[in-house]
Amino acid sequence: MDPFLTSRVVTDILGGLTNGVIYGMVALSLVLIWRSTGILNFAQGAMPMFATYIGFVIFASHLNYWACVGVSVLAAAAIGGLTERLMVRGLYGKPEINPIVVMVGFLIVLEAVAASLWSSTPRSLPSPFSPIDWQLAGKPLSLSPFSVYEIATALVVMTAVAALFRFTKLGLQLRASALAPEVSRLLGVRVGRLLTFGWMLATTVGVITTILVASNFFTGLTPQIMDGIFAYGFIAAAIGGLESPVGAIVAGVMLGIVNQFVDDFVNENAVIIIALILLIVSLMIRPSGVFTKSTQRRV
Amino acid sequence: MITIEDLTVSFGAVQALRNVSLVAETGKITAVLGANGAGKTTLLRTISGLKEPKNGNIRLGDRSLVGMRTEDIARLGIAHVPEGRGVIGEFTVEENLRLGAMIAKVNLQKGLEEQYVQFPVLGERRKQHAAKLSGGERQMLAMARALIAEPSVLLLDEPSLGLAPLVTAQLMHTIQSLCETSDLTVILVEQNASSALRIANHAVVLHVGKVVANDAASNVAADDNLRQYYLGLVE
Repeated sequence: MDPFLTSRVVTDILGGLTNGVIYGMVALSLVLIWRSTGILNFAQGAMPMFATYIGFVIFASHLNYWACVGVSVLAAAAIGGLTERLMVRGLYGKPEINPIVVMVGFLIVLEAVAASLWSSTPRSLPSPFSPIDWQLAGKPLSLSPFSVYEIATALVVMTAVAALFRFTKLGLQLRASALAPEVSRLLGVRVGRLLTFGWMLATTVGVITTILVASNFFTGLTPQIMDGIFAYGFIAAAIGGLESPVGAIVAGVMLGIVNQFVDDFVNENAVIIIALILLIVSLMIRPSGVFTKSTQRRV
Repeated sequence: MITIEDLTVSFGAVQALRNVSLVAETGKITAVLGANGAGKTTLLRTISGLKEPKNGNIRLGDRSLVGMRTEDIARLGIAHVPEGRGVIGEFTVEENLRLGAMIAKVNLQKGLEEQYVQFPVLGERRKQHAAKLSGGERQMLAMARALIAEPSVLLLDEPSLGLAPLVTAQLMHTIQSLCETSDLTVILVEQNASSALRIANHAVVLHVGKVVANDAASNVAADDNLRQYYLGLVE
Protein backbone atom coordinates (compact mmCIF):
# COMPACT_ATOMS: atom_id res chain seq x y z
CA MET A 1 0.00 0.00 0.00
CA ASP A 2 1.08 3.53 -0.73
CA PRO A 3 3.06 4.78 2.32
CA PHE A 4 1.34 8.15 1.98
CA LEU A 5 -2.07 6.48 2.16
CA THR A 6 -0.92 4.33 5.06
CA SER A 7 0.17 7.34 7.00
CA ARG A 8 -3.10 9.10 6.08
CA VAL A 9 -5.15 6.14 7.35
CA VAL A 10 -3.15 5.97 10.59
CA THR A 11 -3.51 9.71 11.02
CA ASP A 12 -7.26 9.54 10.49
CA ILE A 13 -7.65 6.69 12.96
CA LEU A 14 -5.66 8.54 15.61
CA GLY A 15 -7.50 11.80 15.00
CA GLY A 16 -10.83 9.98 14.99
CA LEU A 17 -9.97 8.21 18.20
CA THR A 18 -9.28 11.52 19.94
CA ASN A 19 -12.65 12.93 18.87
CA GLY A 20 -14.36 9.60 19.38
CA VAL A 21 -13.53 9.29 23.06
CA ILE A 22 -15.10 12.72 23.57
CA TYR A 23 -18.29 11.61 21.77
CA GLY A 24 -18.17 8.41 23.81
CA MET A 25 -18.00 10.32 27.09
CA VAL A 26 -20.93 12.57 26.10
CA ALA A 27 -22.87 9.45 25.10
CA LEU A 28 -21.93 7.78 28.39
CA SER A 29 -23.24 10.72 30.41
CA LEU A 30 -26.51 10.60 28.45
CA VAL A 31 -26.82 6.86 29.04
CA LEU A 32 -26.17 7.24 32.78
CA ILE A 33 -29.17 9.54 33.12
CA TRP A 34 -31.38 7.64 30.70
CA ARG A 35 -30.80 4.33 32.46
CA SER A 36 -31.50 5.68 35.92
CA THR A 37 -34.39 8.03 35.20
CA GLY A 38 -35.64 7.41 31.66
CA ILE A 39 -34.99 11.03 30.78
CA LEU A 40 -33.07 12.19 27.73
CA ASN A 41 -31.14 15.15 29.11
CA PHE A 42 -30.85 17.70 26.33
CA ALA A 43 -29.05 20.03 28.75
CA GLN A 44 -26.31 17.43 29.23
CA GLY A 45 -23.88 19.65 27.33
CA ALA A 46 -24.96 22.95 28.87
CA MET A 47 -24.87 21.90 32.54
CA PRO A 48 -21.18 20.90 32.44
CA MET A 49 -20.43 24.01 30.34
CA PHE A 50 -21.79 26.17 33.16
CA ALA A 51 -19.74 24.25 35.73
CA THR A 52 -16.61 24.69 33.60
CA TYR A 53 -17.16 28.46 33.56
CA ILE A 54 -17.49 28.43 37.35
CA GLY A 55 -14.23 26.54 37.77
CA PHE A 56 -12.15 28.17 35.07
CA VAL A 57 -13.43 31.75 34.90
CA ILE A 58 -14.36 32.63 38.46
CA PHE A 59 -11.36 30.91 40.00
CA ALA A 60 -8.86 31.06 37.12
CA SER A 61 -6.87 33.96 38.54
CA HIS A 62 -6.47 32.26 41.93
CA LEU A 63 -5.96 28.61 41.12
CA ASN A 64 -3.89 26.47 38.77
CA TYR A 65 -5.35 24.24 36.03
CA TRP A 66 -5.81 21.15 38.18
CA ALA A 67 -7.42 23.06 41.05
CA CYS A 68 -9.82 24.64 38.53
CA VAL A 69 -10.65 21.12 37.32
CA GLY A 70 -11.46 20.19 40.93
CA VAL A 71 -13.71 23.24 41.40
CA SER A 72 -15.48 22.52 38.10
CA VAL A 73 -16.10 18.91 39.10
CA LEU A 74 -17.59 20.00 42.43
CA ALA A 75 -19.71 22.62 40.66
CA ALA A 76 -20.90 20.01 38.15
CA ALA A 77 -21.86 17.59 40.91
CA ALA A 78 -23.80 20.37 42.64
CA ILE A 79 -25.54 21.45 39.42
CA GLY A 80 -26.44 17.84 38.57
CA GLY A 81 -27.76 17.12 42.07
CA LEU A 82 -29.75 20.34 42.34
CA THR A 83 -31.21 19.92 38.85
CA GLU A 84 -32.48 16.46 39.74
CA ARG A 85 -33.88 17.52 43.11
CA LEU A 86 -35.46 20.82 42.15
CA MET A 87 -36.42 20.43 38.51
CA VAL A 88 -36.44 16.83 37.35
CA ARG A 89 -37.95 14.99 40.31
CA GLY A 90 -41.40 16.35 39.60
CA LEU A 91 -41.18 15.08 36.01
CA TYR A 92 -40.86 11.36 36.77
CA GLY A 93 -43.85 9.44 35.50
CA LYS A 94 -45.09 12.39 33.44
CA PRO A 95 -45.54 12.18 29.63
CA GLU A 96 -42.19 11.80 27.87
CA ILE A 97 -42.52 15.14 26.13
CA ASN A 98 -42.51 17.05 29.46
CA PRO A 99 -38.90 16.37 30.50
CA ILE A 100 -37.75 16.93 26.89
CA VAL A 101 -39.34 20.39 26.79
CA VAL A 102 -38.04 21.26 30.26
CA MET A 103 -34.48 20.15 29.53
CA VAL A 104 -34.38 21.93 26.14
CA GLY A 105 -35.61 25.05 27.94
CA PHE A 106 -32.95 24.59 30.61
CA LEU A 107 -30.28 24.27 27.89
CA ILE A 108 -31.37 27.59 26.37
CA VAL A 109 -31.48 29.32 29.76
CA LEU A 110 -28.04 28.06 30.81
CA GLU A 111 -26.44 29.15 27.53
CA ALA A 112 -28.11 32.56 27.70
CA VAL A 113 -27.10 33.11 31.32
CA ALA A 114 -23.53 32.00 30.62
CA ALA A 115 -23.34 34.35 27.63
CA SER A 116 -24.64 37.30 29.65
CA LEU A 117 -22.34 36.60 32.59
CA TRP A 118 -19.17 35.69 30.76
CA SER A 119 -19.82 36.72 27.10
CA SER A 120 -19.71 34.44 24.06
CA THR A 121 -16.12 35.22 23.19
CA PRO A 122 -14.05 32.03 23.31
CA ARG A 123 -11.84 31.84 26.38
CA SER A 124 -8.75 29.76 26.10
CA LEU A 125 -8.08 27.49 29.01
CA PRO A 126 -4.49 26.88 30.01
CA SER A 127 -3.68 23.55 28.40
CA PRO A 128 -1.42 21.39 30.55
CA PHE A 129 0.00 19.55 27.55
CA SER A 130 1.31 20.60 24.16
CA PRO A 131 -1.21 20.49 21.30
CA ILE A 132 1.54 20.16 18.68
CA ASP A 133 1.33 16.86 16.80
CA TRP A 134 4.12 14.37 16.89
CA GLN A 135 5.75 13.58 13.52
CA LEU A 136 6.00 10.23 11.76
CA ALA A 137 8.51 10.07 8.91
CA GLY A 138 8.44 13.83 8.68
CA LYS A 139 4.64 14.02 8.55
CA PRO A 140 2.28 15.13 11.36
CA LEU A 141 0.64 12.14 13.04
CA SER A 142 -2.58 13.73 14.30
CA LEU A 143 -1.50 12.76 17.78
CA SER A 144 -0.10 15.19 20.31
CA PRO A 145 0.66 15.06 24.04
CA PHE A 146 -2.70 16.79 24.50
CA SER A 147 -4.46 14.05 22.46
CA VAL A 148 -2.88 11.41 24.67
CA TYR A 149 -4.08 13.37 27.72
CA GLU A 150 -7.61 13.38 26.24
CA ILE A 151 -7.60 9.66 25.46
CA ALA A 152 -6.02 8.68 28.78
CA THR A 153 -8.46 10.81 30.77
CA ALA A 154 -11.40 9.33 28.88
CA LEU A 155 -10.10 5.80 29.53
CA VAL A 156 -9.66 6.52 33.24
CA VAL A 157 -13.18 8.01 33.52
CA MET A 158 -14.78 5.14 31.60
CA THR A 159 -12.89 2.53 33.63
CA ALA A 160 -13.82 4.24 36.88
CA VAL A 161 -17.52 4.37 35.92
CA ALA A 162 -17.44 0.73 34.80
CA ALA A 163 -15.70 -0.32 38.05
CA LEU A 164 -18.22 1.65 40.10
CA PHE A 165 -21.12 -0.17 38.48
CA ARG A 166 -19.48 -3.59 38.35
CA PHE A 167 -17.66 -3.94 41.65
CA THR A 168 -19.16 -1.67 44.29
CA LYS A 169 -22.24 -1.83 46.50
CA LEU A 170 -23.17 1.63 45.30
CA GLY A 171 -23.00 0.47 41.69
CA LEU A 172 -25.17 -2.55 42.44
CA GLN A 173 -27.77 -0.27 44.02
CA LEU A 174 -27.58 2.19 41.12
CA ARG A 175 -28.17 -0.60 38.61
CA ALA A 176 -30.99 -2.07 40.69
CA SER A 177 -32.66 1.32 41.09
CA ALA A 178 -32.60 1.81 37.35
CA LEU A 179 -33.88 -1.67 36.49
CA ALA A 180 -36.44 -2.18 39.24
CA PRO A 181 -37.05 0.90 41.38
CA GLU A 182 -40.00 -0.52 43.30
CA VAL A 183 -38.28 -3.79 44.14
CA SER A 184 -35.18 -1.84 45.16
CA ARG A 185 -37.25 0.22 47.60
CA LEU A 186 -38.70 -2.98 49.04
CA LEU A 187 -35.12 -4.12 49.68
CA GLY A 188 -34.29 -0.92 51.56
CA VAL A 189 -32.42 0.84 48.76
CA ARG A 190 -32.79 4.62 48.98
CA VAL A 191 -33.74 5.07 45.34
CA GLY A 192 -34.36 8.82 45.54
CA ARG A 193 -30.82 9.52 46.75
CA LEU A 194 -29.39 7.26 44.08
CA LEU A 195 -31.26 9.12 41.34
CA THR A 196 -29.69 12.34 42.58
CA PHE A 197 -26.30 10.66 42.65
CA GLY A 198 -26.84 9.42 39.08
CA TRP A 199 -27.35 13.00 37.86
CA MET A 200 -24.32 14.16 39.83
CA LEU A 201 -22.21 11.41 38.30
CA ALA A 202 -23.41 12.11 34.76
CA THR A 203 -22.77 15.84 35.08
CA THR A 204 -19.33 15.11 36.50
CA VAL A 205 -18.48 12.91 33.51
CA GLY A 206 -19.86 15.74 31.37
CA VAL A 207 -17.68 18.41 32.96
CA ILE A 208 -14.51 16.37 32.49
CA THR A 209 -15.47 16.03 28.82
CA THR A 210 -16.14 19.76 28.53
CA ILE A 211 -12.82 20.62 30.15
CA LEU A 212 -11.01 18.35 27.71
CA VAL A 213 -12.76 20.03 24.79
CA ALA A 214 -12.24 23.54 26.14
CA SER A 215 -8.60 22.91 27.02
CA ASN A 216 -7.91 22.23 23.37
CA PHE A 217 -5.88 25.14 22.03
CA PHE A 218 -8.08 25.39 18.93
CA THR A 219 -11.46 25.42 20.71
CA GLY A 220 -11.70 27.58 23.81
CA LEU A 221 -14.63 27.82 26.18
CA THR A 222 -17.89 29.31 24.89
CA PRO A 223 -21.51 28.93 26.08
CA GLN A 224 -22.23 26.82 22.98
CA ILE A 225 -19.05 24.75 23.25
CA MET A 226 -20.84 21.43 23.64
CA ASP A 227 -23.72 21.96 21.18
CA GLY A 228 -22.08 20.28 18.18
CA ILE A 229 -20.36 17.63 20.28
CA PHE A 230 -23.62 16.89 22.06
CA ALA A 231 -25.21 16.14 18.67
CA TYR A 232 -22.52 13.53 17.91
CA GLY A 233 -22.68 12.18 21.47
CA PHE A 234 -26.43 11.83 21.08
CA ILE A 235 -26.01 10.00 17.77
CA ALA A 236 -23.44 7.68 19.40
CA ALA A 237 -25.77 6.98 22.34
CA ALA A 238 -28.65 6.20 19.98
CA ILE A 239 -26.53 3.93 17.79
CA GLY A 240 -24.92 2.13 20.74
CA GLY A 241 -28.19 1.91 22.62
CA LEU A 242 -29.37 4.20 25.39
CA GLU A 243 -29.33 1.23 27.75
CA SER A 244 -25.70 0.34 27.12
CA PRO A 245 -22.78 2.29 28.60
CA VAL A 246 -20.30 0.10 26.71
CA GLY A 247 -22.30 0.56 23.52
CA ALA A 248 -22.28 4.33 23.96
CA ILE A 249 -18.50 4.43 24.31
CA VAL A 250 -17.79 2.02 21.45
CA ALA A 251 -20.27 3.81 19.17
CA GLY A 252 -18.71 7.16 20.13
CA VAL A 253 -15.22 5.99 19.23
CA MET A 254 -16.40 4.41 15.97
CA LEU A 255 -18.32 7.55 15.04
CA GLY A 256 -15.24 9.68 15.71
CA ILE A 257 -13.14 7.54 13.40
CA VAL A 258 -15.80 7.45 10.65
CA ASN A 259 -16.19 11.24 10.87
CA GLN A 260 -12.45 11.69 10.51
CA PHE A 261 -12.34 9.51 7.39
CA VAL A 262 -15.33 11.30 5.86
CA ASP A 263 -13.74 14.66 6.62
CA ASP A 264 -10.46 13.57 5.06
CA PHE A 265 -11.64 11.55 2.07
CA VAL A 266 -14.94 13.33 1.22
CA ASN A 267 -15.33 16.77 2.77
CA GLU A 268 -16.10 18.53 6.03
CA ASN A 269 -19.76 19.20 5.15
CA ALA A 270 -20.47 15.53 4.59
CA VAL A 271 -19.51 14.58 8.16
CA ILE A 272 -22.85 15.33 9.83
CA ILE A 273 -24.76 13.92 6.84
CA ILE A 274 -22.96 10.58 7.04
CA ALA A 275 -23.37 10.52 10.84
CA LEU A 276 -27.12 11.06 10.49
CA ILE A 277 -27.35 8.40 7.78
CA LEU A 278 -25.56 5.97 10.12
CA LEU A 279 -28.05 6.88 12.84
CA ILE A 280 -31.06 6.32 10.59
CA VAL A 281 -29.75 3.02 9.26
CA SER A 282 -28.89 1.71 12.72
CA LEU A 283 -32.30 2.74 14.07
CA MET A 284 -34.01 1.00 11.17
CA ILE A 285 -32.06 -2.21 11.72
CA ARG A 286 -31.88 -2.17 15.54
CA PRO A 287 -34.15 0.48 17.06
CA SER A 288 -33.03 -0.29 20.61
CA GLY A 289 -29.36 0.16 19.69
CA VAL A 290 -26.62 -2.07 18.39
CA PHE A 291 -25.38 -3.05 21.85
CA THR A 292 -28.69 -3.30 23.71
CA LYS A 293 -29.72 -6.89 24.27
CA SER A 294 -33.42 -6.36 24.84
CA THR A 295 -36.09 -3.74 24.26
CA GLN A 296 -37.47 -4.51 27.70
CA ARG A 297 -36.40 -1.88 30.16
CA ARG A 298 -37.76 -2.81 33.53
CA VAL A 299 -38.37 -6.15 35.24
CA MET B 1 -46.04 -8.60 65.56
CA ILE B 2 -47.92 -6.61 62.94
CA THR B 3 -51.16 -4.97 64.00
CA ILE B 4 -53.54 -3.50 61.46
CA GLU B 5 -56.37 -1.32 62.73
CA ASP B 6 -59.34 -0.04 60.74
CA LEU B 7 -57.35 0.21 57.55
CA THR B 8 -59.06 1.86 54.59
CA VAL B 9 -57.31 2.22 51.24
CA SER B 10 -58.76 3.84 48.13
CA PHE B 11 -57.91 4.05 44.46
CA GLY B 12 -59.81 7.19 43.53
CA ALA B 13 -63.47 6.51 44.26
CA VAL B 14 -62.91 2.76 44.65
CA GLN B 15 -62.23 1.47 48.14
CA ALA B 16 -59.80 -1.45 47.89
CA LEU B 17 -59.74 -2.07 51.65
CA ARG B 18 -62.53 -1.13 54.04
CA ASN B 19 -61.88 -0.95 57.78
CA VAL B 20 -59.60 -3.97 57.76
CA SER B 21 -58.24 -5.05 61.13
CA LEU B 22 -56.02 -8.02 61.86
CA VAL B 23 -53.08 -9.13 63.95
CA ALA B 24 -50.15 -11.18 62.60
CA GLU B 25 -48.55 -12.85 65.60
CA THR B 26 -44.80 -13.21 66.00
CA GLY B 27 -43.48 -16.55 64.78
CA LYS B 28 -46.81 -17.46 63.15
CA ILE B 29 -48.11 -17.66 59.61
CA THR B 30 -51.15 -15.52 58.89
CA ALA B 31 -52.79 -16.41 55.60
CA VAL B 32 -54.72 -13.69 53.80
CA LEU B 33 -57.14 -15.33 51.39
CA GLY B 34 -59.75 -14.24 48.91
CA ALA B 35 -60.61 -14.03 45.26
CA ASN B 36 -59.07 -11.68 42.69
CA GLY B 37 -59.78 -8.07 43.59
CA ALA B 38 -60.38 -8.87 47.27
CA GLY B 39 -57.62 -6.44 48.29
CA LYS B 40 -54.94 -8.92 49.34
CA THR B 41 -52.09 -7.39 47.35
CA THR B 42 -53.20 -3.88 48.31
CA LEU B 43 -52.97 -4.90 51.96
CA LEU B 44 -49.33 -5.98 51.58
CA ARG B 45 -48.44 -2.93 49.49
CA THR B 46 -49.92 -0.69 52.16
CA ILE B 47 -47.95 -2.41 54.91
CA SER B 48 -44.78 -1.85 52.85
CA GLY B 49 -45.54 1.81 52.28
CA LEU B 50 -46.05 1.45 48.54
CA LYS B 51 -49.64 2.61 48.99
CA GLU B 52 -50.80 5.31 51.36
CA PRO B 53 -53.86 4.40 53.48
CA LYS B 54 -56.82 6.73 53.68
CA ASN B 55 -57.54 5.83 57.28
CA GLY B 56 -56.35 3.45 59.94
CA ASN B 57 -53.04 2.37 61.34
CA ILE B 58 -50.37 -0.28 60.81
CA ARG B 59 -47.98 -1.02 63.66
CA LEU B 60 -44.82 -3.10 63.95
CA GLY B 61 -44.77 -3.73 67.68
CA ASP B 62 -45.55 -0.27 69.04
CA ARG B 63 -44.22 1.64 66.06
CA SER B 64 -46.62 3.06 63.50
CA LEU B 65 -45.59 2.48 59.89
CA VAL B 66 -48.10 4.84 58.30
CA GLY B 67 -46.41 7.72 56.49
CA MET B 68 -43.00 6.02 56.46
CA ARG B 69 -41.10 5.52 53.22
CA THR B 70 -40.93 2.01 51.76
CA GLU B 71 -37.16 1.80 52.12
CA ASP B 72 -37.35 2.82 55.78
CA ILE B 73 -40.02 0.20 56.44
CA ALA B 74 -37.75 -2.40 54.80
CA ARG B 75 -34.91 -1.26 57.03
CA LEU B 76 -37.10 -1.92 60.09
CA GLY B 77 -37.05 -5.60 59.14
CA ILE B 78 -40.15 -6.00 56.99
CA ALA B 79 -39.32 -7.97 53.85
CA HIS B 80 -41.83 -8.01 51.03
CA VAL B 81 -41.68 -10.56 48.21
CA PRO B 82 -44.02 -9.00 45.67
CA GLU B 83 -46.39 -10.69 43.28
CA GLY B 84 -44.39 -11.88 40.28
CA ARG B 85 -41.35 -12.33 42.61
CA GLY B 86 -39.52 -9.17 41.57
CA VAL B 87 -36.18 -10.82 40.96
CA ILE B 88 -33.97 -8.72 38.72
CA GLY B 89 -33.46 -10.80 35.60
CA GLU B 90 -30.39 -8.86 34.43
CA PHE B 91 -28.61 -9.66 37.71
CA THR B 92 -27.01 -12.97 38.57
CA VAL B 93 -28.41 -15.01 41.43
CA GLU B 94 -25.60 -13.79 43.65
CA GLU B 95 -26.08 -10.15 42.68
CA ASN B 96 -29.77 -10.43 43.59
CA LEU B 97 -28.77 -11.85 46.96
CA ARG B 98 -26.11 -9.20 47.50
CA LEU B 99 -28.75 -6.56 46.86
CA GLY B 100 -31.00 -8.18 49.46
CA ALA B 101 -28.13 -8.24 51.95
CA MET B 102 -27.45 -4.53 51.51
CA ILE B 103 -29.37 -3.60 54.66
CA ALA B 104 -28.38 -6.72 56.60
CA LYS B 105 -26.33 -6.41 59.75
CA VAL B 106 -24.87 -9.88 59.23
CA ASN B 107 -21.72 -10.74 57.30
CA LEU B 108 -22.44 -11.00 53.55
CA GLN B 109 -20.50 -14.23 53.03
CA LYS B 110 -22.16 -15.89 56.00
CA GLY B 111 -25.56 -14.74 54.77
CA LEU B 112 -24.92 -16.10 51.28
CA GLU B 113 -23.78 -19.47 52.64
CA GLU B 114 -26.88 -19.72 54.83
CA GLN B 115 -29.15 -19.10 51.86
CA TYR B 116 -27.24 -21.60 49.71
CA VAL B 117 -27.75 -24.20 52.44
CA GLN B 118 -31.45 -23.35 52.68
CA PHE B 119 -31.87 -23.28 48.88
CA PRO B 120 -29.11 -25.49 47.40
CA VAL B 121 -30.18 -24.86 43.79
CA LEU B 122 -29.30 -21.19 44.21
CA GLY B 123 -25.78 -22.13 45.25
CA GLU B 124 -25.42 -24.21 42.10
CA ARG B 125 -26.63 -21.33 39.95
CA ARG B 126 -25.06 -18.43 41.78
CA LYS B 127 -23.35 -17.05 38.64
CA GLN B 128 -26.38 -17.53 36.39
CA HIS B 129 -28.63 -14.66 35.39
CA ALA B 130 -31.94 -14.72 37.25
CA ALA B 131 -33.82 -14.42 33.95
CA LYS B 132 -32.70 -17.95 33.12
CA LEU B 133 -34.14 -19.54 36.27
CA SER B 134 -37.36 -21.55 36.30
CA GLY B 135 -40.45 -20.16 38.05
CA GLY B 136 -39.80 -22.20 41.18
CA GLU B 137 -36.14 -21.20 41.29
CA ARG B 138 -37.10 -17.55 40.88
CA GLN B 139 -39.46 -17.86 43.81
CA MET B 140 -36.71 -19.42 45.91
CA LEU B 141 -34.39 -16.60 44.91
CA ALA B 142 -36.99 -13.99 45.82
CA MET B 143 -37.44 -15.61 49.23
CA ALA B 144 -33.72 -16.03 49.80
CA ARG B 145 -33.15 -12.40 48.85
CA ALA B 146 -35.75 -11.35 51.39
CA LEU B 147 -34.45 -13.68 54.11
CA ILE B 148 -30.76 -12.83 53.77
CA ALA B 149 -31.38 -9.53 55.56
CA GLU B 150 -32.79 -11.52 58.52
CA PRO B 151 -36.17 -9.76 58.61
CA SER B 152 -38.59 -10.06 61.50
CA VAL B 153 -41.61 -9.97 59.17
CA LEU B 154 -41.98 -11.62 55.76
CA LEU B 155 -44.77 -10.53 53.42
CA LEU B 156 -45.34 -13.08 50.67
CA ASP B 157 -47.61 -12.16 47.78
CA GLU B 158 -48.91 -15.16 45.84
CA PRO B 159 -45.70 -17.22 46.10
CA SER B 160 -47.34 -20.24 44.43
CA LEU B 161 -48.51 -18.30 41.38
CA GLY B 162 -47.58 -20.19 38.22
CA LEU B 163 -45.83 -23.02 40.05
CA ALA B 164 -46.43 -26.75 39.62
CA PRO B 165 -48.26 -28.43 42.54
CA LEU B 166 -45.13 -30.28 43.67
CA VAL B 167 -43.07 -27.09 43.68
CA THR B 168 -45.86 -25.30 45.55
CA ALA B 169 -45.87 -28.03 48.19
CA GLN B 170 -42.10 -27.74 48.62
CA LEU B 171 -42.39 -23.98 48.87
CA MET B 172 -45.09 -24.13 51.52
CA HIS B 173 -43.01 -26.64 53.48
CA THR B 174 -40.04 -24.23 53.34
CA ILE B 175 -42.18 -21.34 54.62
CA GLN B 176 -43.47 -23.50 57.45
CA SER B 177 -39.95 -24.64 58.39
CA LEU B 178 -38.75 -21.03 58.47
CA CYS B 179 -41.43 -20.09 60.98
CA GLU B 180 -40.83 -23.13 63.13
CA THR B 181 -37.09 -22.50 63.37
CA SER B 182 -37.23 -18.73 63.98
CA ASP B 183 -39.42 -15.94 65.26
CA LEU B 184 -40.29 -14.91 61.73
CA THR B 185 -43.76 -13.44 61.32
CA VAL B 186 -45.26 -14.35 57.95
CA ILE B 187 -48.22 -12.76 56.21
CA LEU B 188 -49.00 -15.06 53.32
CA VAL B 189 -51.28 -13.78 50.58
CA GLU B 190 -52.57 -16.67 48.49
CA GLN B 191 -55.25 -17.58 46.02
CA ASN B 192 -54.31 -21.20 46.51
CA ALA B 193 -56.33 -21.37 49.73
CA SER B 194 -55.95 -25.06 50.46
CA SER B 195 -52.12 -24.91 50.33
CA ALA B 196 -52.03 -21.81 52.50
CA LEU B 197 -54.49 -23.13 55.07
CA ARG B 198 -52.43 -26.29 55.46
CA ILE B 199 -49.45 -24.36 56.86
CA ALA B 200 -51.06 -21.23 58.34
CA ASN B 201 -51.77 -20.72 62.02
CA HIS B 202 -54.29 -18.00 61.41
CA ALA B 203 -56.38 -16.99 58.40
CA VAL B 204 -58.11 -13.82 57.30
CA VAL B 205 -60.54 -13.94 54.40
CA LEU B 206 -61.13 -10.78 52.39
CA HIS B 207 -64.05 -10.15 50.10
CA VAL B 208 -64.13 -6.93 48.03
CA GLY B 209 -61.95 -5.16 50.58
CA LYS B 210 -63.76 -6.32 53.74
CA VAL B 211 -62.78 -8.94 56.29
CA VAL B 212 -65.38 -11.70 56.21
CA ALA B 213 -63.47 -14.16 58.41
CA ASN B 214 -60.64 -13.78 60.92
CA ASP B 215 -59.98 -16.98 62.79
CA ALA B 216 -57.64 -19.89 63.36
CA ALA B 217 -56.67 -21.45 60.04
CA SER B 218 -58.15 -24.80 61.09
CA ASN B 219 -61.51 -23.15 61.80
CA VAL B 220 -61.54 -21.35 58.47
CA ALA B 221 -60.61 -24.59 56.71
CA ALA B 222 -63.49 -26.36 58.44
CA ASP B 223 -66.12 -23.70 57.63
CA ASP B 224 -68.05 -24.97 54.63
CA ASN B 225 -69.65 -21.60 53.88
CA LEU B 226 -66.28 -19.84 53.74
CA ARG B 227 -64.79 -22.62 51.68
CA GLN B 228 -67.61 -22.61 49.19
CA TYR B 229 -68.49 -18.92 48.82
CA TYR B 230 -65.19 -17.10 49.39
CA LEU B 231 -62.37 -19.55 48.80
CA GLY B 232 -63.74 -21.52 45.90
CA LEU B 233 -62.94 -24.82 47.63
CA VAL B 234 -65.61 -27.27 46.61
CA GLU B 235 -65.43 -30.88 47.81
